[in-house]
Amino acid sequence: MKAYLSDRMGAALLMAPLLLFLGAAYAWPFFGVVNWSFTLPEPGLGQYGTLLSDPLVQSVFVRTLRIAAIVTIVSVAAAYAITLVWVRGTPAQRVIAEFCILVPFWISVLTRAFGWVALLSNRGLFNTWLQAIGFISEPLTLVRNEFGVIVGMTHFLIPFAVFPLASSMRSLDDRVLLAARGLGSSRMRTFWSVFVPMTRSGIIGSALIVFVFSLGFFVTPAILGGGRSVMVAELIYLRIFQSPDWGLGAAISVVLVLFVGTLMALLFRYVRPKQLI
Amino acid sequence: MPTYRPGPVSLVLAALVALFLLLPLLAVIPVSLTPTRMLAMPSGELSLRHYRALIEDPRWINSILLSIRIGVVSSAFSTVLALCFSLGVWMFQPRFTAALVGFVLLPMVVPPVVSAITLYFLLTSISGVSSFFGYDTWLGVAMAHAVMTVPFATVLILVSLSQLDRRIDLAARGLGATVWERATRIIMPNIKFGIVTAALLSFVLSWEEIGVTLFITSVNAITLPRLMWMGLRDNIDPAIAALSVILIIITVLVLAARSAVVRLRAGQ
Repeated sequence: MKAYLSDRMGAALLMAPLLLFLGAAYAWPFFGVVNWSFTLPEPGLGQYGTLLSDPLVQSVFVRTLRIAAIVTIVSVAAAYAITLVWVRGTPAQRVIAEFCILVPFWISVLTRAFGWVALLSNRGLFNTWLQAIGFISEPLTLVRNEFGVIVGMTHFLIPFAVFPLASSMRSLDDRVLLAARGLGSSRMRTFWSVFVPMTRSGIIGSALIVFVFSLGFFVTPAILGGGRSVMVAELIYLRIFQSPDWGLGAAISVVLVLFVGTLMALLFRYVRPKQLI
Repeated sequence: MPTYRPGPVSLVLAALVALFLLLPLLAVIPVSLTPTRMLAMPSGELSLRHYRALIEDPRWINSILLSIRIGVVSSAFSTVLALCFSLGVWMFQPRFTAALVGFVLLPMVVPPVVSAITLYFLLTSISGVSSFFGYDTWLGVAMAHAVMTVPFATVLILVSLSQLDRRIDLAARGLGATVWERATRIIMPNIKFGIVTAALLSFVLSWEEIGVTLFITSVNAITLPRLMWMGLRDNIDPAIAALSVILIIITVLVLAARSAVVRLRAGQ
């Protein structure tokens, strides 16, 4: 009995500091934000009413969902190709693929967004080259619009899409593939009818991760969208700092959390957490 | 050994993806050497003036030093908290462990912008009470970064604990070791690699943090990413290109060293 008590004391003493810290520095202020959404500028559900009726807010939500969907499809497809080589290529191919995945992964989001500005802006690499070879006379508008946002976000999210895919490709039993080949299936058919369906959990996992990440994305859209392609996260920022309307910013945050929470619940219902690592 | 190798079509597609991933990192190199004051491709003449600006302009130095200070403090804080919490979970396996760990991981899964507005609320509330610890102060930023990095530190330490053999702890316990002795002399030496990794990752995440930092700083606590952000929004400053090149080179060197170490270990 005494040992049991001291065990409980020990656990409580060790775990309490972090739990208290996050309770005070994260949970409490989060409820403060929720409170803002119901009380600013006046008590009531007014801000949620605005969310449902304001055409500007709605257009931002629609744009966010559209961009997130496009980015998800492109990122997962691109990640699938490079993951295949990373997991199943020859040793030399693997080293190269790993380099190309991990170097961008560890470089900060600002540097990567800046790299796209350097490539795509009016005096950037692409426009300079295309004009030098006489392919175009006027620079193409490649950033400060939705195209730039999609390119930058896809670039940021491909490495995140790789990890769940890699784990599902690694755990795949090669004998099944050999059996398919042995039974006379072509390489193409083995890939599409055996390999891809067997990595389904990785595809679902990486699509949901990319989708959830892109919903709350802030830095890349703000830099590459140049204020013209505002997504939900930037709208929250603008409501807090530029046209002070804290209540609306808070209400949008609450809706975003609920939406992402629902998606995460779906993710863990269909994919076991272990398959994501 | 996998017997299923990617075919030529997969290889071509993967090469295109690899090019796409590396292209923006390579693009900053020529921009960093431009002799002009604006963002442009160098035409003919190359210059190192933007690299010199990084050393000579006190704004860059100050923000680098500030970022290092915030990174060290927040990483030490989050590593210690994560270590204690994980030891509690592993040694005592209390009830509701899953729920408690889930709570600790929240800042990692909640959209960063929501964490940002949450921490903005926290620090502006503190600012009313204390002037050196709140909105736009370095201690406030360090605390906010600790909130954001502590889930990652916890995951890393819990993973390295899960690979530890429980029997060595049981043996120590059976021989009469106290909780403190078990933690510091039995368990921690065996997970020191995980602890160091957690501290390093926390530092790197704090060093790069921008999403939350933007919400909680304005003019005083200008971290390096905050300064880069300011240079990117207005007139694009080519010094950012020079800085980016340096950061990319450091990343490549660290990754190369790491993979060399892994290869050496595997070879032995």
